[in-house]
Amino acid sequence: MAITKDTVKYVAQLARIELKAKELEELAGQLQEIVNFIDKLKKVEIKNIPATSHILPMSNVLREDGPQESLAADKVLKQAPQREGDFFGVPKVIE
Amino acid sequence: MENELYKLTAHELLEKIDKKEITSQEIIGFLKKRIKGVDSKVKAYVRLKDANLQSATCNLQSTLKGIPISIKDNICTDGLHTECCSKILQGFKPPYDATVITKLKQAGATVLAYKTNMDEFAFGSSTENSYFGPTRNPYDLERVPGGSSGGSAAAVAADEAVWALGTDTGGSIRQPACFCATVGLKPTYGRVSRYGLIAFASSLDQIGPITKDVEDAALLMNIIAGFDPKDSTSVNSAVPDYLQALEKDIKGIKIAIPKEYFVSGIDQEVKAAVLAAIDKLKDLGAQTSEVSLAHTEYAVPVYYIIATAEASSNLARFDAVQYGFRAESKKGKTQNLIEMYKQTRGEGFGQEAKRRIILGTFALSHGYYDAYYLRALKVKTLIKQDFDKIFREFDCIVTPTSPTAAFKIGEKIKDPLKMYLSDIYTISANLAGIPAISIPCGFTKKVLPVGLQILAKPFNEELLFRVAYAYEQNTPWHLEKPKL
Repeated sequence: MAITKDTVKYVAQLARIELKAKELEELAGQLQEIVNFIDKLKKVEIKNIPATSHILPMSNVLREDGPQESLAADKVLKQAPQREGDFFGVPKVIE
Repeated sequence: MENELYKLTAHELLEKIDKKEITSQEIIGFLKKRIKGVDSKVKAYVRLKDANLQSATCNLQSTLKGIPISIKDNICTDGLHTECCSKILQGFKPPYDATVITKLKQAGATVLAYKTNMDEFAFGSSTENSYFGPTRNPYDLERVPGGSSGGSAAAVAADEAVWALGTDTGGSIRQPACFCATVGLKPTYGRVSRYGLIAFASSLDQIGPITKDVEDAALLMNIIAGFDPKDSTSVNSAVPDYLQALEKDIKGIKIAIPKEYFVSGIDQEVKAAVLAAIDKLKDLGAQTSEVSLAHTEYAVPVYYIIATAEASSNLARFDAVQYGFRAESKKGKTQNLIEMYKQTRGEGFGQEAKRRIILGTFALSHGYYDAYYLRALKVKTLIKQDFDKIFREFDCIVTPTSPTAAFKIGEKIKDPLKMYLSDIYTISANLAGIPAISIPCGFTKKVLPVGLQILAKPFNEELLFRVAYAYEQNTPWHLEKPKL
């Protein structure tokens, strides 16, 4: 699998990360090397092998749906880079 | 004697408190002095200038009687800076405590306000990826302490901490514990609540102790282990008294030695120290046999797909809306929402974080999901099956913790792949979800620590403590101190 600057640019856009030209160049090279290394997994026979996404045999972890204490709104909002009253402030979404 | 008190373990300090020879306030006092004396060299803590050392008073009648503990910067502490050593979390003071912190406070620990240094978001094996700069290995200040919990391990080794919490996703407790001649345990996945741990890879992360000896690790596990309704992956089974497991007798214990851990890439001095440790275990009555963990070579590639995929998803939450850093709009331009995200994340994440987010996003993206992510999950099954097979016949597995002793600062930072390969012996335990401990087992000619790793089947931390304790109590390594 070839990793080009365009691949990195596309994926960075998906991940919402702005990259400088120099970073783009560097990352393409490094990711190519890492992907080449990872490609050794293609040697492994995986036919009929199930995927393990969760290591413990657990399913449907449920709890009583009762009211519980929540965090103090003011304490939470204090952490926001931009606060407007009881809301988080963000730049304009719709032009 | 007074000036040697900082060297004591938590269980030794507790004894002194019981005998009324010392108070917890005095302990905090000499610790503060020690930090002031050596941290300018070691740099184990971050934001030292900003905070008071002590966070809150605690219940002095309880188990831990006010003994202080140092916490890695990715574990949420109510009202105290928790930044994952990343610019993107600049200024973040969580509005709640992680469950492990709540448990520690209830048990009477004093949670220190200074947090320990780490690779940004736990991405790394050297603590060089910290926004605050690297921590140094107390045994050689030109070398790394390991990572990502390098600050915790270095603080404990340098006696700047009585004990500490670290986190381990692919070796981040055990490898720094090994590099700094301390004890480090990664518990079974699900044994310790992850609530309030800022997630890196949710299916692999565990919080665990980094301590001066095995008894302290058992004592700390007694407090932090257990079910938590706030973490749906924590397991609802009884927590044994781990201190009861500390026996010196290991007669008849069956130990497997996987041959794949002693081949190419291992440093000869490390190999010699680990083989000598295995001989010691035999002297103590254990039986050893060589075995094969055939899929070992695939653990690192599997890990770097699964861990980065999960990281890319977990780190999507850093969007400059609810907390942390927000990039300012560029000169003369107004910023829309998408630009705000992209600029913040471009400026706020360090190089390794960007590398991993992009690799993980790639592995999950349309067209590559089956070829990379799904394949990795299947090879993970094979790795787990290798372990299941061994544990049907053996009580535990013994290996080196790391193929080399601590490397030099700057040696691997420009070569990500080389850095990733330094976790080759620790990653499998996270993929298989099993517990593993690293204990000191010798020193190289340059006086750099070597670590022994012991792995057991899920929820058998007791056996790890038993074997580790028997070895420790019959060897001098845990008594060594760095010259600072």
